[in-house]
Amino acid sequence: MNAAGNWVALKTIAGREVHRILRIWGQTLVPPAITMTLYFVIFGKMIGGRIGAMDGFPYIDFIVPGLIMMSVIQNSYGNIVSSFFGSKFQRYVEEMLVAPTPNWVILTGYVAGAVLRGLMVGAIVLAVAMCFTSVRLHHPLITLATLLLTAVVFAFAGFINAMYARKFDDIAIVPTFVLTPLTYLGGVFYSVGLLPPFWEYVSHFNPILYMVSAFRYGLLGVSDVAIGTAMSLMLVFAILLGAFCMHLLRRGTGLRS
Amino acid sequence: MSTAALAITDLRKTYSNGVEALKGISLIVEQGDFFALLGPNGAGKSTLIGSICTLVTPSSGSIRVFGHDLATERETALGCIGVVPQELNFNQFEKPFDIVVNQAGFYGIARNEAKVRAEKYLRQLSLWDKAHTISRTLSGGMKRRLMIARAMVHEPRLLILDEPTAGVDIEIRRSMWQFVSEINRAGTTVVLTTHYLEEAEQLCRNIAIVDRGRIVENTSMRNLLSQLDRETFVLDLVAPCNSIPDSVGVHLRRIDETTLEVDVPKGTELNRLFADLTSAGIHVRSLRNKSNRLEELFLGLVERNQTAPAKGAAA
Repeated sequence: MNAAGNWVALKTIAGREVHRILRIWGQTLVPPAITMTLYFVIFGKMIGGRIGAMDGFPYIDFIVPGLIMMSVIQNSYGNIVSSFFGSKFQRYVEEMLVAPTPNWVILTGYVAGAVLRGLMVGAIVLAVAMCFTSVRLHHPLITLATLLLTAVVFAFAGFINAMYARKFDDIAIVPTFVLTPLTYLGGVFYSVGLLPPFWEYVSHFNPILYMVSAFRYGLLGVSDVAIGTAMSLMLVFAILLGAFCMHLLRRGTGLRS
Repeated sequence: MSTAALAITDLRKTYSNGVEALKGISLIVEQGDFFALLGPNGAGKSTLIGSICTLVTPSSGSIRVFGHDLATERETALGCIGVVPQELNFNQFEKPFDIVVNQAGFYGIARNEAKVRAEKYLRQLSLWDKAHTISRTLSGGMKRRLMIARAMVHEPRLLILDEPTAGVDIEIRRSMWQFVSEINRAGTTVVLTTHYLEEAEQLCRNIAIVDRGRIVENTSMRNLLSQLDRETFVLDLVAPCNSIPDSVGVHLRRIDETTLEVDVPKGTELNRLFADLTSAGIHVRSLRNKSNRLEELFLGLVERNQTAPAKGAAA
């Protein structure tokens, strides 16, 4: 197909994803708002008041970037993994496979949908946070770049999960046993500087630490890691995972026999 | 001579579990043809169709669609093909109109044009009144017609129908065939697989029979039917006949008390048969040719292939 045709196909896939997100808004947009409100009430207000300052900020202000990032990670990953696996399970992924839609268009369309859901939920969580505290913006460009890169990285990761998944259990294992623990241990609720040296060192092998820290730097101006390292790592992850997604699409893993 | 709509050369497919589904299929479907691809369950038809629409990756061999090699000119070749699969494969939570418009989008057709075409094909397939209802609520026949509308929205030059009428009632089947015959007359090449052999006999001009991953027959429908050396007639009687008299010189079968079937060598004069029947006290009200001629040939060819594995293996 020519460039105009590819653009139409891309808009079709991304548009279908957005339509799906809005059609099932009760599953896609409302739960994060409720969960994050509870986090802010319990950890921010009720417990946070007794914890005191963290890295020089009230505890509720400190956890805002981590909670927004946690929502973006979970929702960009969750969107693509459930949507793409659903299309495999119901076999309507074949609609695209039998058409002349290039692989990169399929991938970009699904990733665009996942990133949009991540950003929508991020905006909702931000709105919830603003009910509890005043949100600052220390470095808008780093904030936006971190948000987008994180959403893209986890969209690619979710796509890989969906490509390999054969049953619904397979799309629940990674979020439950990998994503959630890494997120909670990635400095959402604490500064890794509070950990004993060994565990602080181990934490630096957790990629989510770099995303949360970079986003916290964007909002508050404090970070557990060097910003340059964090941004470079996210970029490298995005390129590697994107390349692997294209490799799987070319091979037809889980799609073509 | 024009380029073939579909040219398959020595296509082989061995699945990862070792099953050899295609064992060197070669096939030509000319432009404008209405081509039947028949075979028993497990013969390799779906693997063959899957290979044509790239859902199955062949182990070796080549497929050219209107001269475009599927391996090297994938996008151009796929743009020429429309597929109606055997299994339902659309999002049951979407509306028919959206499904057809989105499918056009995957072929790069702009949304405004896609909407016009979606309406055109949904109307032609009598689905327009259901265009904006959730497709899960459609009847089985409607879902099949929706898949035809979806396959037609990019106006393919080659339409592949994989058992499109399975489980569909006769009225809807007829309307589907009327639609497909019309688009064939308008120039679209059609490849059909079906288990309703009388459909293939009535609609298709050329035929290939696949069994155990090989083509066991590939000829025109007329040639194939001419291989029959016998004809079967169904006789509706004036009065009930409880036993068949021996004096009639042909093999008669009693279907029920007022219906007989008779096999006669092709070209036999029927006057003699009627004279024998009349003298035996059997009076015929009407006569019709039994329409399962293709079925007899099909079963004969498949049976022959299955009882001669050594010959098949050497082919």
